[in-house]
Amino acid sequence: MASLDISSIKRDFPILSRKIRENNRLVYLDSGATSQKPNSVLDAERDFYTQHNAAAHRGAHQLAEEATELYEGAREKVASFIGADVDEVIFTKSATESINAIAYSMGNAQSGSRFHISRGDRIVVSEMEHHANLIPWQELARRTGAELVWFKVTDDGRLDLTNLSELINSRTKIVALTHQSNVLGTINPLEDIVKRTHEVGALFVLDACQSVPHYKVNVKSLDIDFIAFSGHKMLGPTGVGILWGRKELLDEMPPFLTGGSMIETVTMESATYLDAPKRFEAGVPNMAQAVGLGAAVDYLSAIGLDVIHSHETELTRAAISGLRTIAGLTIIGPTDMTLRGGVVSFAIEGIHPHDLGQALDSYGIAVRTGHHCAWPLMRRFKTVATTRASFYLYNDLDDVNALVDGVERARKYFVER
Amino acid sequence: MELDSLYQEVILEHYKRPLHKSLKANPTIQVQHINTSCGDEITLNLHTDGTVIQDITWDGIGCSISQASTSVVSDLVRGKSVGEALATIDAFQAMIQSKGADTGNEDVLGDGVAFAGVAKFPARVKCALLGWMATKDAISQSQSKNER
Repeated sequence: MASLDISSIKRDFPILSRKIRENNRLVYLDSGATSQKPNSVLDAERDFYTQHNAAAHRGAHQLAEEATELYEGAREKVASFIGADVDEVIFTKSATESINAIAYSMGNAQSGSRFHISRGDRIVVSEMEHHANLIPWQELARRTGAELVWFKVTDDGRLDLTNLSELINSRTKIVALTHQSNVLGTINPLEDIVKRTHEVGALFVLDACQSVPHYKVNVKSLDIDFIAFSGHKMLGPTGVGILWGRKELLDEMPPFLTGGSMIETVTMESATYLDAPKRFEAGVPNMAQAVGLGAAVDYLSAIGLDVIHSHETELTRAAISGLRTIAGLTIIGPTDMTLRGGVVSFAIEGIHPHDLGQALDSYGIAVRTGHHCAWPLMRRFKTVATTRASFYLYNDLDDVNALVDGVERARKYFVER
Repeated sequence: MELDSLYQEVILEHYKRPLHKSLKANPTIQVQHINTSCGDEITLNLHTDGTVIQDITWDGIGCSISQASTSVVSDLVRGKSVGEALATIDAFQAMIQSKGADTGNEDVLGDGVAFAGVAKFPARVKCALLGWMATKDAISQSQSKNER
């Protein structure tokens, strides 16, 4: 397999050449939180504003026509990136909004609708969910009287599937799981879970924030019903997320946000709505951000997700093996590379993650510290916080070595001082 | 190095050997404070007769800054009058939020002045304030309890 020309990739990301805290090279290991942006994405956004800015789907003038074409072109790019049909792809402001859209649509569905949920129904999540794929379901359960249940996580950071058929039962309406844990790096095996979900007539929602940016995800071959992910974690701008759903579901699903752009006819008393995707895109859309995301998809596709994934696997393997040589350090999550992505969480005896992150920052290394918006998972591992390094296509082995050396240097600073 | 301006020797000393970190039974008021950005939490017990801070004891988990800072405040305000304690807390808060302009008065803040460097690290200001805000909250709750 072709390997990545990292020095050429790094040149595409202007921020990677800036200095941090007194002349340190920036070692950016926080792409799991948000990725950096290549020039092509920044140029696409700027070009939209300087050359084509107008409200898409409105107006008969040339700019409106161009804005519409660019916006819809971005939708086509995203659709082909995840193996979807183009009118199944909905632009939202974030993955969080995408998940809330499903949850609120279900809450709005009348009795008789396949989306209707009420007391006695069941929502299934897992203990490793990001808050964005937990709280909307907690709230839906609270509003409707449905029951929220969850898969547990094993000591080595995998989903405990031993009670799969009891958890997902005939009362289950929805199963919402993360594709890859943002804390543990675990990639969840979906096949049996999706199969069981459909066996009982429930819907499967995939939180793909940590997977779609890093390896090939095909919504059709996964046989799922909905997917949510964000643009900013995949080289795109902030302020744009994706909700994909199967066409026949989207056509039945009640809208969550209502207003302009999503209507067919309106009287003072009532309105009828357009089909998906427009039914779910009320208001003037986030056009420049969608166009930027389209450019990000082009950038990732040109390099190839298989190449990116194998590069990240190599970095992750090196990071795990390097970090494990440090005294008192524990990896939280799987240590073998089977079904594992490029996110490594760890703890060191005697040093709080916040202090470790501060020390690493003073050497120019950016990592995430804290509960990673996964408080229940922290409790599961009897901790309040971890330190997390996450890798992307612009990282290299020098970055991994900087991390390992930095953690050892910080350990000496705090523990041996 | 910049890191040393944050992690003063006295801070690491309090972190490694925290003072009054053992909850004393039957407090006048008990409060729990959480730093929502990192999950750090402390439980703090205040003993007061309404005029004087008789005792402050605490327990919790957190970074060196939050733990050391709670150690310092618990030692500093015990024995002080309620008014004096609140003034001390305000002085600390002013220093921490001054972005480095106020380096603190050692006669008022004691070991607390070691945290002056925190003011230059905005992400750590909440850590430094955790125990102080918990103390302030406990005192204010004990005051309203008295008024009832």
